[in-house]
Amino acid sequence: MIPGLHSSDKQKPARGSLLGIEHMEGKEILALLKLARRMNPLKPRPLLRNKRIVLLFYEASTRTRSSFEIAAKSLGAITTLVQSSGSSIEKGESLLDTGYTLRAVGADAIVLRHPSAGAPHLMAQHLDIPIINAGDGMHEHPSQALLDAFTILKHKKSFKGLHVAIIGDIYHSRVARSACHLLSKFGVKLTLCGPAEFVPEVAATLAPGLRVSRHVEEAVRGTDVIMLLRVQKERLGGQKIGLQEYIAHYQLTLSRLKLAKRDAIVMHPGPIIRGLELTAEIADGPQSVIIDEVHNGVPTRMAILARALGKAK
Amino acid sequence: MIKDKSKPGSLLIKGGHLIDPAAKIDAPMDVLLRDGRVAEIASPNKLRGGSDEKFDARGLIVAPGFIDLHVHLREPGQSYKETIASGTAAAAAGGFTSVCTMPNTAPVVDTAEWVEWLRSAERGAVVNVFPIAAATRLSRGASLTDFAALQRAGAVAVTDDGKPILDDEVMRAALRLGAELNLPVVQHAEDTRFTEGCPMHEGPTSFRLGLRGMSAAAEANIVDRDVNLAQQIRESRLHVAHLSTSDALKAVRRGKRTKARVTCEVTPHHFTLLDEDVGEYNTNFKMNPPLRSAADREAILVALADGTVDAIATDHAPHATHEKQVEFERAAFGITGLETALGLAITKLHRDHKISLMRTVELFTAGPARVFDLRSRGSLAKGNFADVTIFDPKKRWTFEAAKSRSLSRNTPFDGWQFTGKVVATIVGGRVVYRGD
Repeated sequence: MIPGLHSSDKQKPARGSLLGIEHMEGKEILALLKLARRMNPLKPRPLLRNKRIVLLFYEASTRTRSSFEIAAKSLGAITTLVQSSGSSIEKGESLLDTGYTLRAVGADAIVLRHPSAGAPHLMAQHLDIPIINAGDGMHEHPSQALLDAFTILKHKKSFKGLHVAIIGDIYHSRVARSACHLLSKFGVKLTLCGPAEFVPEVAATLAPGLRVSRHVEEAVRGTDVIMLLRVQKERLGGQKIGLQEYIAHYQLTLSRLKLAKRDAIVMHPGPIIRGLELTAEIADGPQSVIIDEVHNGVPTRMAILARALGKAK
Repeated sequence: MIKDKSKPGSLLIKGGHLIDPAAKIDAPMDVLLRDGRVAEIASPNKLRGGSDEKFDARGLIVAPGFIDLHVHLREPGQSYKETIASGTAAAAAGGFTSVCTMPNTAPVVDTAEWVEWLRSAERGAVVNVFPIAAATRLSRGASLTDFAALQRAGAVAVTDDGKPILDDEVMRAALRLGAELNLPVVQHAEDTRFTEGCPMHEGPTSFRLGLRGMSAAAEANIVDRDVNLAQQIRESRLHVAHLSTSDALKAVRRGKRTKARVTCEVTPHHFTLLDEDVGEYNTNFKMNPPLRSAADREAILVALADGTVDAIATDHAPHATHEKQVEFERAAFGITGLETALGLAITKLHRDHKISLMRTVELFTAGPARVFDLRSRGSLAKGNFADVTIFDPKKRWTFEAAKSRSLSRNTPFDGWQFTGKVVATIVGGRVVYRGD
């Protein structure tokens, strides 16, 4: 019998799976971040030699895909990219059948990017190999939250007493949900800012220590970290708020940034749209750590993969 | 299951406690069934004359046969999910002696021929099947079906279940025609213009899971509109299917106060579960209407107790495993419910919420019989059909989905422990189910 090709019964996710931040414990997160600090893509370690990691991507991705791939290769693993176009997914193969197939060809772990919330959970319930969530619909993007935490800790001594503002389209953002869960676990005070269409009042129920603000000045004042989110123009189209109005009310400008702490950092998961959620000066300015975040994605994902395959030593 | 295929003779149900809400009986009574009808009801040991068979009902509740106003038995067209035979076997195991089938099959039941097909003995039903026909052709919400012909063929109501009638004029016309024929129009109240791509209720849980939420207003607004129409159209009969929100209840109450002929049903899962029970994308908790907030459930429990709700209906909606083991957003809506309804009602309504057994039984019998005018059913008055449900209100048992009579296994209640179990189901004087 081929392992993994059985049971319609649900099981617990395989050890090492990373489905979301919400149900992780603080100490697990800190251990991962500690491991990430020991990872260096320029000094490859063959921890995952001969391990086969499938990158299963149902959505477009530049950063996440390339950094998972480089992370895997830096640890000596073999990677295969499977995308929805050009695979049996196009022919209507179900997510689970695709998973069983990849398991049968010998995948040791699957990194999954999927437009439906909960897709990695479904896979993890039916496959006996670790599933890494590389972004599921509007739900979570745990590796992004971890690399953001890694980045914050490079610039700030600890999470203790930090104030963080997250500005933009929280409703549609898996990055925001994961970030809220992670930072909230460490007592960070979080302000979510945007128009009601993007930041509904219910957003404050996501985790302890969250509040909602409709005024960017109020949200930014005195903060240590400002996280911006991409605003999709096509989403503004269907909303009451227009593009120009959004820019006028919520764009991060130099004068607004001055309200934050002097050593505040500006973060963005990318891709950024200059002139929309932030000005070009901010993107390229001294307080921006946007490129650093991308850079930190590789060691963070090395740590995630090493942990997934039991090589977290 | 014991099935007696012979002509029903006489059966004496002896030593039980009869609860017949329509007749206001809540007392120890013996019940004699003969030739498919109720022959006699009398105080213990008062019945004279013999009977072919006796049923020892000591310690048990004897009730009129349960009626489910809302089931999907999937025939014609989707017999991999359920058949009339398997679905009615599940109904019998759940204590139901009559089920009303929804027309959203393949093809849609929008002609008299299909209504007759459903009622044909060849389908192998073990309980009574009352088809509900489509209200509009192909349930497309545009032109009405031939209500009169459907009714003559045996349809007890019309609906476009799953595809609500949104157009005001079409709904008005349906209620008008229904009024002429004394035929209820059943509405699945959901303003689908606002619920596209929404797999669950809108609230903290949908936000947490990153799923688009159906607002409570999408249900309440349609019920509100329909109640207004029912008030305007004399003698029209509106039945609100699987009502799930507090605001929709307010509209129903408003209709009832003004003596409009408005009725509603509630499912066991809506009086039991909450949206947060979806957990981590468990598709066996995905149905439409979705599980709602605690405040909605509270309002439903109050309405079940105070008489606003007319019936408990299961919305039994079987689906194959491969239709549920997919991404939450893509999973089919619906859960099975025939075999867990009584257990949930006794456990949640009677035991936990202290709703009387009389009222609980009413919601399965006299209530639904009134909603669709199922004559000579829903009560064990002398001369009525010999449909009887016998249950043990104290018996504890564990439901195992794997042992279900349904062809499908999509239930959120696998492994649940219930108080209250069906002991026997009798249809037309014949025992069609015998539990332990």
